[in-house]
Amino acid sequence: MAKPMHPTPNLDQLESGPWPSFVTGLKRLAKDKDYVVDILGHLEHSYQTRKGYWKGGTVGVRGYGGGIIPRFTEIKDDKGQPVFKDAAEFHTIRVMPPPGMHYNTATLRQFCDIWEKHGSGLIALHGQSGDIMFQGATTENVQKAFDEINDMGFDLGGAGPAVRTSMSCVGASRCEQSCYDEAKAHREVLNTFLDDIHRPALPYKFKFKFSGCPNDCMNSIQRSDMAVIGTWRDNIRTDEALAKKWFAKHGMNELVNDVVARCPTKAIQIKEIKDVRKADHFSSVALNDSQALEIDNKDCVRCMHCINVMTGALATGTDKGATILMGGKRTLKIGDLMGTVVVPFMPLQTDEDYEKLVELGQKTIDFFAENALEHERTGEMIERIGLVNFLEGIEVDIDANMVSTPRMNPYVNTAGWDEEVAKIAAKKAAA
Amino acid sequence: MNAQVTTPAPAAPLRKAIECGVPDNKPHLHPTLLKNYGNWKYHDRPRPGVLHHVSHSGDEIWTVRAGTQRQMDVYTIRTLCDIADKFAEGFVRFTIRSNIEFMVADPKKVDPMIVELEKNGFPVGGTGNSVSMVSHTQGWLHCDIPGTDASGVVKSMMDELYNEFKTEEMPNRVHMSTSCCEINCGGQADIAIIIQHTKPPKINHDMVANVCERPTVVARCPVAAIRPALVNGKPSLEVDEKKCICCGACYPPCPPMQINDPEHSKLAIWVGGKNSNARGKPTFMKMVASGLPNNAPRWPEVNAAVGNILRTYKADARPWERLSDWIDRIGWPRFFEKTGLPFTKYLIDDWRGSRANLNASTHIRF
Repeated sequence: MAKPMHPTPNLDQLESGPWPSFVTGLKRLAKDKDYVVDILGHLEHSYQTRKGYWKGGTVGVRGYGGGIIPRFTEIKDDKGQPVFKDAAEFHTIRVMPPPGMHYNTATLRQFCDIWEKHGSGLIALHGQSGDIMFQGATTENVQKAFDEINDMGFDLGGAGPAVRTSMSCVGASRCEQSCYDEAKAHREVLNTFLDDIHRPALPYKFKFKFSGCPNDCMNSIQRSDMAVIGTWRDNIRTDEALAKKWFAKHGMNELVNDVVARCPTKAIQIKEIKDVRKADHFSSVALNDSQALEIDNKDCVRCMHCINVMTGALATGTDKGATILMGGKRTLKIGDLMGTVVVPFMPLQTDEDYEKLVELGQKTIDFFAENALEHERTGEMIERIGLVNFLEGIEVDIDANMVSTPRMNPYVNTAGWDEEVAKIAAKKAAA
Repeated sequence: MNAQVTTPAPAAPLRKAIECGVPDNKPHLHPTLLKNYGNWKYHDRPRPGVLHHVSHSGDEIWTVRAGTQRQMDVYTIRTLCDIADKFAEGFVRFTIRSNIEFMVADPKKVDPMIVELEKNGFPVGGTGNSVSMVSHTQGWLHCDIPGTDASGVVKSMMDELYNEFKTEEMPNRVHMSTSCCEINCGGQADIAIIIQHTKPPKINHDMVANVCERPTVVARCPVAAIRPALVNGKPSLEVDEKKCICCGACYPPCPPMQINDPEHSKLAIWVGGKNSNARGKPTFMKMVASGLPNNAPRWPEVNAAVGNILRTYKADARPWERLSDWIDRIGWPRFFEKTGLPFTKYLIDDWRGSRANLNASTHIRF
């Protein structure tokens, strides 16, 4: 039995309503833990005064420089003593999840046992960078909890100016739209940078994220410095049985309004079966005895919409890999930046393909480490130095797929034009 | 958000960390997922909250998705494990929006598992064109710079959106996020609720010299409004309040520059973020409302505003239109007209590159 609860009139109001309540969960923990009694008191104080009261500090585990988020209370009495003394320290341990966030229950139960023993008993699944967040331990218990988690084969995630914990989608394990082995890419890339994860020494954070197709379920384009987004080069595959089944259920109006009209490049047409074009770059599939859907794959931008609507009837191709985009991040300091194309297509099928992905990551991190200013993300660095200088640094050739449009102003010295044309011609000849 | 420069915890046993990195996913995969890895053919949704995937091998798997509170106590996690052991061969996974997924190879187990989940308070849903769980941050519970709470905002919002989570009645999927400061850890979303401060930081000049690396703080300001100054004989910083945009970027590196204010830290609503490449290219969200009070513990004004936008979208958008697709079709003036939200001067961008956001055409819907 723990000590009596503090009154929590605000938090109590978060126990009503149908959605699962974290307050009810905390109160359950507080039955046995003085620690959580004071956490509830601490949080109630925030609700009453509408302010936060945690400050950072320096807590870590032996051998690592990051991965623990230290929190010390700022709610002090006149003598400078913590008002909620059992919750004076409330550190979080960030732990990297398996790719796709799959767990066997034995693992989750073991996490629970460890955290019940050494921590508050509160676990967030997951943080926005993908970490398993073991929330709330004293300075003394951080190392003990980490040792046991680490013995299970789990390792700390990133914090501060470091390579950060990554995320990958459910992907190949349960999704037909997967265009590469997201888990393999996730592990091979991240596990190359363990030193940069555990010992923060970069100019600022660096995030990798892995999505298996352009639906980008990991939101990699908007929030990772290097986004690996699955795609394919060959034709959309079709399945006649599933196409006919879809058409029988949904009919021509939905096909036209929801599929054909929503294709961003007008690559889809409905045709009489006899008029369907047969060249290499067309996909087609019969919808009934007389009509077919035809896709000109040269015009298709692999947006996924038609495949999302007619799953199985239409499917991603088989010449698979990824588009790599770099420089995504949210607002501070210069405003939102979307990741932009750095490699239009990188095959990801053989082990050598995956090694090339790791090499690209390595070159990018090396360049970032040497050239970014303090607290400057990759996207901000690219904005400052220009894409061409960045590409030169990571040894990637320019490609027209990297731009929305060519330059719209004349403010550039083009004296080297002929030389560049000659280089391109020479490269073409050598290829 | 502070960088961690760390020293070992005191009195720790001498054990060396094993730098094992990201663990293998294979021991954590349901046997049917492992067997059909990379070989899935298609999927459909038999009912809201359930996915049905079919492999090229002919194997099938049913996935039941349920909402959680994300910050979970060990008892809740053990309950979820009990359900997984009983119905789902002892395997689960989590989505990016903190929903839990149970995979079952036997379709007969789907309905009893749904009953068991709901009985234990976990709503089944969040698939397809539903409103999924709000992705969120730490807030007052754990963050060092929060303007508001996260879990509480989300709880009060999801209570209101409970039925939209459990049904698939929206034009397309709706992703939401909340963030307790303008760093926006919650991320881009169809609808995002983000703190928007309206007063410059209040500086505790006694503390600045001891706590803050002043050049770093000066460099963090997006509008160069901060400069070193001597205040009461002590080295400190001062803010040109006419230039200050109240973004709070100076606060993480310099806690004595308190930006959070119980009254003047407001909430803004942003719409139309989309990370998928489906149909149009990915989009960033746009601010459509601000000045909402930080009204703990249930934020009724925010809930009302979000509910209004969702109802308008639900009634007016066509099938497969995400919020951004819908606004693309109807145009911004009609978005404000239909939602009744006031279009104020603060919604006209004046940050760098802002003229690209102006209407450089005669394309006007009358």
